[in-house]
Amino acid sequence: MSTEILMPALSPTMTEGNLSKWLIKKGDTVKAGDLIAEIETDKATMEVEAVDEGVVLDLLFKEGEANIPVNKAIAIIGDPKEKVEVKKEAPIEKVIEEKKIEKNIETKIENKKAEIIDTLSPKIEEDRNLSSEEITMRQALRDTMAEEMRKDNKVFILGEEVAEYQGAYKVTQGLLQEFGKERVLDTPISEHGFTGLAVGAAFKGLRPILEFMTFNFSMQAIDQIINSAAKTLYMSGGQINCPIVFRGPNGAAAQVAAQHSQDFSSWYSQVPGLKVIAPSTPYNAKGLLRSAISDPNPVIFLENEILYGLKGPVNNDINFSIPIGKANIEKEGKDLTIVTYSIMLQKSKEAALRLKEEYNLDTEIIDLQTLRPLDTETILNSVKKTNRLITVEESWPFGSVGSEIANIVQRDAFDYLDSPVIKVNSADVPMPYALSLEKLYLPQVDDIINAAKKVSYIK
Amino acid sequence: MKRLQKADYIKMYSFMLKIRRFEERAAQLYGMGKIGGFCHLYIGQEAVVVGILMTIDKNDSVVTTYRDHGHMIARGLDPKRIMAELTGREDGYSAGKGGSMHMFSKENNFYGGHGIVGAQVPIGTGIAFTHKYNGEKNICRTYIGDGAMNNGQVFEAFNLAALWKLPVLYIIENNKYGMGTSVDRAAAGLDLYKRGEAFGIPGEKVDGMNIFSVMEAADKAGKYVREGNGPYIIEVQTYRYRGHSMSDPAKYRTKEELDNYKQTDPIEIVKAEILKKKIATNDEIEKINKDTLEEIKNAAEFATNSPFPKDSELYTDVYL
Repeated sequence: MSTEILMPALSPTMTEGNLSKWLIKKGDTVKAGDLIAEIETDKATMEVEAVDEGVVLDLLFKEGEANIPVNKAIAIIGDPKEKVEVKKEAPIEKVIEEKKIEKNIETKIENKKAEIIDTLSPKIEEDRNLSSEEITMRQALRDTMAEEMRKDNKVFILGEEVAEYQGAYKVTQGLLQEFGKERVLDTPISEHGFTGLAVGAAFKGLRPILEFMTFNFSMQAIDQIINSAAKTLYMSGGQINCPIVFRGPNGAAAQVAAQHSQDFSSWYSQVPGLKVIAPSTPYNAKGLLRSAISDPNPVIFLENEILYGLKGPVNNDINFSIPIGKANIEKEGKDLTIVTYSIMLQKSKEAALRLKEEYNLDTEIIDLQTLRPLDTETILNSVKKTNRLITVEESWPFGSVGSEIANIVQRDAFDYLDSPVIKVNSADVPMPYALSLEKLYLPQVDDIINAAKKVSYIK
Repeated sequence: MKRLQKADYIKMYSFMLKIRRFEERAAQLYGMGKIGGFCHLYIGQEAVVVGILMTIDKNDSVVTTYRDHGHMIARGLDPKRIMAELTGREDGYSAGKGGSMHMFSKENNFYGGHGIVGAQVPIGTGIAFTHKYNGEKNICRTYIGDGAMNNGQVFEAFNLAALWKLPVLYIIENNKYGMGTSVDRAAAGLDLYKRGEAFGIPGEKVDGMNIFSVMEAADKAGKYVREGNGPYIIEVQTYRYRGHSMSDPAKYRTKEELDNYKQTDPIEIVKAEILKKKIATNDEIEKINKDTLEEIKNAAEFATNSPFPKDSELYTDVYL
């Protein structure tokens, strides 16, 4: 009997990998535990071991082949005599191809309808400096940090695994090599301590970029963020500012459960003295991160792990920035408004496409980009045009960013509303582990469509 | 340590006395309702901050706890403006927005005045990081109360300071009580200066009622830190005559204990030394006393006459 060796998922968010190196060749006998290949993921290069035993009958990919989907067969091992029998029935490649299709249906992260996700907002398309090449969000973030570090040697980076490991999510890749260990510092796992240290350094005039491996761990340090970073300018009567960027992934990753998946956007947005940014594309990640690093105030910069691999064009001008406090009208429309940010922009765009196809609704989508200060003007102008509003975000419903938007809109545009504002949020429970429950917990395209139907009085 | 000059003795005495008179006046204004909120007095602990003041460089940085009036005076800041902050007026160091616990003077490298127990320790460590990053020869003196010595971030900061050899001098002001809980009821192991040992940070214990001992230790420790050897811990054994804050009657300790400490009053020790060494006469000391009283009286008057912040100030200084 022959066994397929499948491309393994080596991280919670990995959907495909590159075959960097084969450590076996056709005809070799492998035992369970033998190293068989080196696989490069979105985060690192890792060795893969065999779990079955037999003779290598075939290697289905060459070294260097890229973007091989998770669960696709990469090699066949078994008894050499049986290989002939298998080939008699059907070509192995075809069997594998069919299996891959089945497996992909179960892929953890929905990456279907890539074409919608790739469409750009009118504003970005007008950008004359738009690169022809598309880069990932992680590259966009990395490049911006490097550009700002070249401009100002007061900018430095600290965090867990940012230097020698090259970033837990590879966002700081190459920075240690370019800027050295004085400016790219690996910290111990001690958020409270190193956050306080970075805040002190910012008080004294440096411009730290502090990476939280994920914002879940910022809870260890939240006293220093709120009581020290956010308040000292006020408490000192304007003497001591704190030019620091707290950045890292926020929100759900993939099946990492309650303690590693939550959205802190409304927590931080509640605090005067902080600015809060949540980019959604490589393009705005670049423009917004530059503004964050140049800002004299503490900035919470909420990235999203699933978006790190998202590709798109950027503006490569080293002075290109997007102002803090300005939302982007991602898509213009006349029938209803969706206000969203971060990863939910992708789902909102998908929903808008289906709303047009299935209900002939023309949706306007506002990507907030900055959560604090909130661009209320853009929201109100849109509501005055469409008369209907839904908010879409990944945070819990109680006191979310959408709650505040609903309040502002009922206060300042009450007479323009043709229906109550509806909020689409995650479920009001801790994040579950099971894939099926996780999907139920997170806002889905269908939830957005249902909300849109409701504000439009469509049964 | 360089030999003390006559002027040094006078400086010590004047600063300690100024702190004491300031705190007494603050207590009076508090009683009159001119100062609100929390107000933590430094009476009894004067030898600590003044002893360390004697060894400093003006470009060194300082960061401390909410018991900060004395540290500001020792930094050479204007008692008028300190008192005006206590009364919440626009001439205060924080324009009336910080109050007793949150005062700063960036131009004098005084970085607060922090209201959260322990928070100033990583912050001071970060200020020291900046001195090193900028290639400066200065150090950051970070004051810690005994209560904070059981707070996790303090040890995180010790680890970072030792790991990165940062020029930070930690001064533990052990006044025996964290609010109403005595050190022996809060700390497993009473030698707080040894708590850096696991990180390789040297430490020593000093009599904080005697300014000469504080000075000697601070001088030695300051040199060690300034030479790039990394952090150093001084634990100063001191005592606050008053309660934790103005609203604390201090029922958790006996009158005998307090009286016992008053026998070794830090200001009296210096005064005796001055008279013994014939550095000044009784009359000259009396003149210092009178001038100090006058200066603080003026400060109180200034602080009660300074206008309240304008209403429009509510919304300023949130963002730069």
